[in-house]
Amino acid sequence: MSEHIVRSYDADLQGLRQRIAEMGGIAEKMLVDSVAALARHDKPLAQAVIASDPRLDVLHREVEENAILTIARRQPLAVDLRETISAIRIAGDVERIGDLAKNIAKRALAIGGDFQPHKIVVGLRHMNDLVMAQLKDVLDAYAQKDTAKALDVWKRDGAIDALYTSLFRELLTYMMEDPRNISFCTHLLFCAKNIERIGDHTTNIAETVHYLVTGETLAIDRPKNDRSIDTSVEAGA
Amino acid sequence: MSTIALNTSSAVGKAAAGNAEAPVRIAVRNLNFYYGDFRSLKDINLDFYDRQVTALIGPSGCGKSTLLRTFNRIYSLYPEQRADGEILLDGQNVLSSSIDVNELRARVGMVFQKPTPFPMSIYDNIAFGIKLYEKLPKSELDGRIEEALRKAALWDEAKDKLRQSGMSLSGGQQQRLCIARTIAQKPEVILLDEPTSALDPISTGKIEELIEQLRSEFTIVIVTHNMQQAARISQFTAFMYLGEVVEFGPTNKMFMNPAKKQTQDYITGRFG
Repeated sequence: MSEHIVRSYDADLQGLRQRIAEMGGIAEKMLVDSVAALARHDKPLAQAVIASDPRLDVLHREVEENAILTIARRQPLAVDLRETISAIRIAGDVERIGDLAKNIAKRALAIGGDFQPHKIVVGLRHMNDLVMAQLKDVLDAYAQKDTAKALDVWKRDGAIDALYTSLFRELLTYMMEDPRNISFCTHLLFCAKNIERIGDHTTNIAETVHYLVTGETLAIDRPKNDRSIDTSVEAGA
Repeated sequence: MSTIALNTSSAVGKAAAGNAEAPVRIAVRNLNFYYGDFRSLKDINLDFYDRQVTALIGPSGCGKSTLLRTFNRIYSLYPEQRADGEILLDGQNVLSSSIDVNELRARVGMVFQKPTPFPMSIYDNIAFGIKLYEKLPKSELDGRIEEALRKAALWDEAKDKLRQSGMSLSGGQQQRLCIARTIAQKPEVILLDEPTSALDPISTGKIEELIEQLRSEFTIVIVTHNMQQAARISQFTAFMYLGEVVEFGPTNKMFMNPAKKQTQDYITGRFG
């Protein structure tokens, strides 16, 4: 895209992109570290995750404020308007991703050294690897304005939902087996749900990138494989 | 994983206020325009829909005012200017030599960039236009003048000083007086050539509101340099460049997701 006649306009839009790139970097690190802290019972790492959330909130506010100022000052049109609105949306999604990762870190502290079935932790890590790849790809798609890459992320989310459903069933089984498992299983269940929610936010971002690039909204429903609501306690056992 | 057919839809396209179902009021066909030897409009083909506002945008010198000036043949005041092709107003070619130019200008009214009140009273400014084409008894003339002032949203401000000079009004009021003068002749089409570029934001707002009101009765074509104004008040937009129409379509689509890169670059301030 060629430059604006008014060069400070380019600087405004570039400022939005840079802040979102920084937010994305922070959110990625928070997600990796929170799950690592959970798996390794690493309390200092969990605390570090919690401590990095305020910076994400500050950046989120800055993106919102600057986008609103840009609308007021420049009255953006066409691709510039889509870019400005997309920045507000994406910053909102990334900020929520940070909150969810922070929540995982808090649960890592709460669980402490309680027994954790190896299989579940492996499942969570696997799910997290998928979501991490989603997040990284969708942020790249945004930076490169690559709608094909964004659509690919959007389509892959079904696999994460399916994994979440299977973890959900497994955790239910542990809980029914021994009531002493209920406390940490509940925490792990929330962690799994948080990771699944982060996957949903990456698809939101993918939709926004598609809109930003093409000016069109994705009309159809995204593939959903979350069957946890259909899983009764009996069926889980 | 299931395969997904990607149907995309444009909310913008659907929400467009532009009504392409409306009958075509003016059809421009293969129109060329010359200032002496210089060809300033090149094979223009455009439809203007009944009771819709169409905005003409483009950088200075792109031909948008020239196009506007062909609709009522105001260019024919100047001998070295000529047009060929067709401009069909309700199916009748206005460029035909058999057209009575005075009658045409009553059917196609025009308002200019700078307010052009005549140096006479507010009342006479409007009566002057009517008297050119019609002989009316005083009571009926009074009624027509009040109606025109009301439609131009000037009645409340002007009703107690109809005998005062039109020049005593503010710039925004003068522009509305010019619109009243145009409306009083009961035209079918109103041409507006940058009607608010010399006005303050409050007067501009009043004119924009007025244009929205007038749309229920008249087909309106407006030339404007203000992108946001075109986006606010028109249903259709044509982007012109170097004497050609680059893109024409519903306004919402043009300003959210134009099809041509040239259009995008212009409306986002990347060239011009």
